[in-house]
Amino acid sequence: MASGMQEKQYTPSLLSFFVYNPSFGSREGEEEKKILFYHPSEVEKNEKIRNVGLCEAIVQFTRTFCPTKPAKSLHTQKNRQFFFEAEDSFWIVMVVRNPMVEKPNKDGRPPTIEYQEEEILVRLNLLHLLFLFNGTFGRAMEAGGVELLMQKLDKFFYRYLQTLHLQSCDLLDVFGGIAFFPLDKMTYLKIQSFVNRVEESLSLIKYTAFLYNDQLIWSGLEQDDMRILYKYLTTSLFPRHSEPELAGRDSPLRPEVAGNLLHYGRFLTGPANLKDPEAKFRFPRIFVNTEDSYEELHLIVYKAMSAAVCFMISASVELTREFCEQLDGLVGPQLTLLASDICEQYNVNRRISGPDKEPQFKFIYFNHMNLAEKSTIHMRKTASVSLTSVHPDLMKILGDINCDFARVDEDEEIIVKAMTDYWVVGKKSDQRELYVILNQKNANLIEVNEEVKRLCATQFNNIFFLD
Amino acid sequence: MSEEHYYLELCENPVQFENASSVNNVFFDEANKQVFAVRSGGATGVVVKGPEDKSSVAFRMDDKGEVKCIKFSIGNKILAVQRTPKSVDFINFIPDYPHLEFSQECKMKNASILGFCWTNWNEIVFITDQGIEFYQVLPDKRSLKLLKSQSINVNWYMYCPETAVILLSTTFQGNVLQPFAFKVSVVHFVSNGSYGQLYVMYLKHHSRTTDSPCAEVILYQLPREGSCKKTNVLKLNTTGKFALNVVDNLVVVHHQSTQTSIIFDIKLREPDCALNVHQPVLPPRSIHPYRIPLTGCLTCSVCSSSVSGYQWYLQVKLPPTVNLLQDKGKLIDFLLRRRDCKMVILSVCSQMLNGEDKGSLPVVATVFDKLNQVFKEYLEAEQTYTVAMESGPSRGSTARERPVRTQAVIDQSDMYTHVLSSFTEKKDVSHKFIIAVLMEYIRSLNQVQITVQHYLYELVIKTLVHHSLFYMLHQFLQYHVLSDSKPLACLLLSLEGTYPAAHQLSLDMLKRLSTANDEIVEVLLSKQQVLGALRFIRSVGGNDNISARKFLDAALQTADQMLFYTIFRFFEQRNLRLRGSPSFNPGEHCEEHVVYFKQVFGEQALMKQATV
Repeated sequence: MASGMQEKQYTPSLLSFFVYNPSFGSREGEEEKKILFYHPSEVEKNEKIRNVGLCEAIVQFTRTFCPTKPAKSLHTQKNRQFFFEAEDSFWIVMVVRNPMVEKPNKDGRPPTIEYQEEEILVRLNLLHLLFLFNGTFGRAMEAGGVELLMQKLDKFFYRYLQTLHLQSCDLLDVFGGIAFFPLDKMTYLKIQSFVNRVEESLSLIKYTAFLYNDQLIWSGLEQDDMRILYKYLTTSLFPRHSEPELAGRDSPLRPEVAGNLLHYGRFLTGPANLKDPEAKFRFPRIFVNTEDSYEELHLIVYKAMSAAVCFMISASVELTREFCEQLDGLVGPQLTLLASDICEQYNVNRRISGPDKEPQFKFIYFNHMNLAEKSTIHMRKTASVSLTSVHPDLMKILGDINCDFARVDEDEEIIVKAMTDYWVVGKKSDQRELYVILNQKNANLIEVNEEVKRLCATQFNNIFFLD
Repeated sequence: MSEEHYYLELCENPVQFENASSVNNVFFDEANKQVFAVRSGGATGVVVKGPEDKSSVAFRMDDKGEVKCIKFSIGNKILAVQRTPKSVDFINFIPDYPHLEFSQECKMKNASILGFCWTNWNEIVFITDQGIEFYQVLPDKRSLKLLKSQSINVNWYMYCPETAVILLSTTFQGNVLQPFAFKVSVVHFVSNGSYGQLYVMYLKHHSRTTDSPCAEVILYQLPREGSCKKTNVLKLNTTGKFALNVVDNLVVVHHQSTQTSIIFDIKLREPDCALNVHQPVLPPRSIHPYRIPLTGCLTCSVCSSSVSGYQWYLQVKLPPTVNLLQDKGKLIDFLLRRRDCKMVILSVCSQMLNGEDKGSLPVVATVFDKLNQVFKEYLEAEQTYTVAMESGPSRGSTARERPVRTQAVIDQSDMYTHVLSSFTEKKDVSHKFIIAVLMEYIRSLNQVQITVQHYLYELVIKTLVHHSLFYMLHQFLQYHVLSDSKPLACLLLSLEGTYPAAHQLSLDMLKRLSTANDEIVEVLLSKQQVLGALRFIRSVGGNDNISARKFLDAALQTADQMLFYTIFRFFEQRNLRLRGSPSFNPGEHCEEHVVYFKQVFGEQALMKQATV
């Protein structure tokens, strides 16, 4: 079989990404000063200036039609440009090439290229990450002028553009939700008690977040900040640490002995080994509550078995070896115990609910109110890709339905028959969205509707979700 | 030393009697707690004083020789007087019975009576040096009937009126103690938080086994059946003359030379010893007010001084112990076993949440856990009792007694009223600590499976809302830490203005309650979600009973004509299905809606009567 005769698919890809502020180079000949960051950096200077100028012009032009809502994106046949005013006069632009299909032609003629005009599920979520780690543009300017800002942007985007996988963006990236770990009341109260006690004895700690199996159980941070931190933890920090674990290197299952207590606690940020005399006690810094109090915090992530705790401490405090040792000695044994408690409780609950309650349905659920997301479609997330158990075409339909929902405020239900024997159902009730994929070859609309009702009755019987 | 540090005190109103002298003999009857002052053998008067005024009696009797012992039977029915070593005399004090004395000699030849004890209003035990004799007194016949006797060599004896147990010292060496139990026919012993066990205490001036020169008190438990065993050792840590009391289940040991007393609680366990060795619970203190040297202390809660003519009840004052016992867990254990403990415990709770010596969360948790454990045990006993009563008294021969609610049972409303509600109002306490304490209390209740009352949840919500900690509240509700209830759902609904997500939380809660469908409909209608309300009520099968007028009104208010059409049509169909006609009944008061429908959509749009 001649492979050359087959169609070739191209996924969307990042063409360029830049940050500018028009007020920085308003005079003729100083246009370059507007550009704070440009990817790819090797692009020739004049082209950079030209592209920035074009975006400026588009935004300026469209503003005449609607002064309050400037243009968000520009779609052309080949690509799409997304404009985002992150802060007053600070613009971030991303240019993405549309997905395309290359159809080979006979007789050695050049192949035909078809660009696919469909919704690309891209949200500038990483901007929030930018704020999380760098605070606002304005604050950075105050602290060290354009120099510092450009340094920060360089450092940040260099890393994050590598983790931007446009082809694997899907509905969950749009929601940017939080998966909550299901837990019984008593174990939850024990965790509460643990968090409160640690915060009491280590009074430097300002906020605490508690996760198990990469799912959130408790957040002392406000919802918006937690959403970003959660994103960072689950897509960046945890996968980075779990990959060596899976590879068998640097096994974390080597218990530490604190006093006479065995424990499995260790730092995921900061010192890798407390006993190392050279160990550095530097932790990543994050910015939270940027809207009002604007706090800069050290982020300590500490893990024992599957339980991870984030402790956040004001950045004005210098963290010492003594503090880290104290934290390790206090938290390590307790967290180890708690982690095995949670694991046990979780297994008990699973046994009670039984295998028949295990979802045979493939669904994605999201609640805008508490950002809770639940997916039986996604397998484990890793740093590079999110694995799904369904065909990308179906994922695209989910994206389309989501876009339809976003256009209206009222409750809606959309049922789609996909090309491949699948039914896709989207339901929206108040602030909740549910997407179900059913594989029933000969089912009709009524049967599909009944099936989804059944799902709601079993999986969502404890919430107010209108059929 | 300030007065606050005395934890033992004498009661305010001592029993006052004429002091002992050559013409006045003083006796004390432990069973009835009565002091007898016998002047001139009774000829010039006998004055009996008890703990309460009504048990005081004064009378005369003939002087028939020196009185050796004098006691009333229970309820002051019959007086027994011993004047000779061979016999006891009786006088009826029952109205309308002959007042003349009658006498009973002991049955055993050559025996001499050491003493006697009343076990009932008409039952008496003689203890002689050769054994015991158990009689029933027949006051009308002025005679006694021997019920039982037992031959045994007796050196001395002790009587415990609460349990009707006589302890005899037997054998020539005097190294055997033999207990005899009598059936208690009158229950004057209420198990009011009492340990309900009988112990024999014996004071050992110095331990032979160890080189320690200090004295100790050794306790043997005396079960009603089975053998007696050595259970506790109380370390006195000093030597000298001692006297013992038992007050409120505490062993009080008075040390004569230092004029101080120490207390022991045999239930405060020292975990690593098989035989419990106890140190004093509190440092030694004098009794307040220490007026007289104690010459006679008896093994009950009475201190008396026959020389000065006073008799006091000894009392344990709990408030000072709070500052003397630093370990809060131990303090609570100690207090929970005392009689008048409730307010003291609650004040300990308040104290540990406020002020400088605020307890840490683990301490707070320990205290809550101890209180709730006792609370839980009471609830369980109550439940078992209720079940037993419901299943009928016929089954199970033992008639159960209703469990007594002692002061140690501290429930949620006690905590709420005396501790938590004022604590959450405190301005100088961080809200973090307040919330942590409330959650700790809720955790503790959950741990022993006690249903948490909704006013505690309201306190949590109030505190969170006050500090705008809505996301925390949301998370608590998400994990059902704050259990569902209608009042809570309504409270959430009222928060919608400040926290929009509260609306969803409230609706979810109402849904889970499954008894609040009407409320859900009201909420949805108030939000003008008429179709949503209708779909909901249909999904729970209540659509045949809802008021058409209510829905049509709501639809009218939305000013959405298509919505009104849909709702109107729905009810026409319902009418048709239920009554065979699409038109509304006059009772439904929908005339104006019909008029409006005709106005907007025309007469012909009304549903036609199905032709049969």
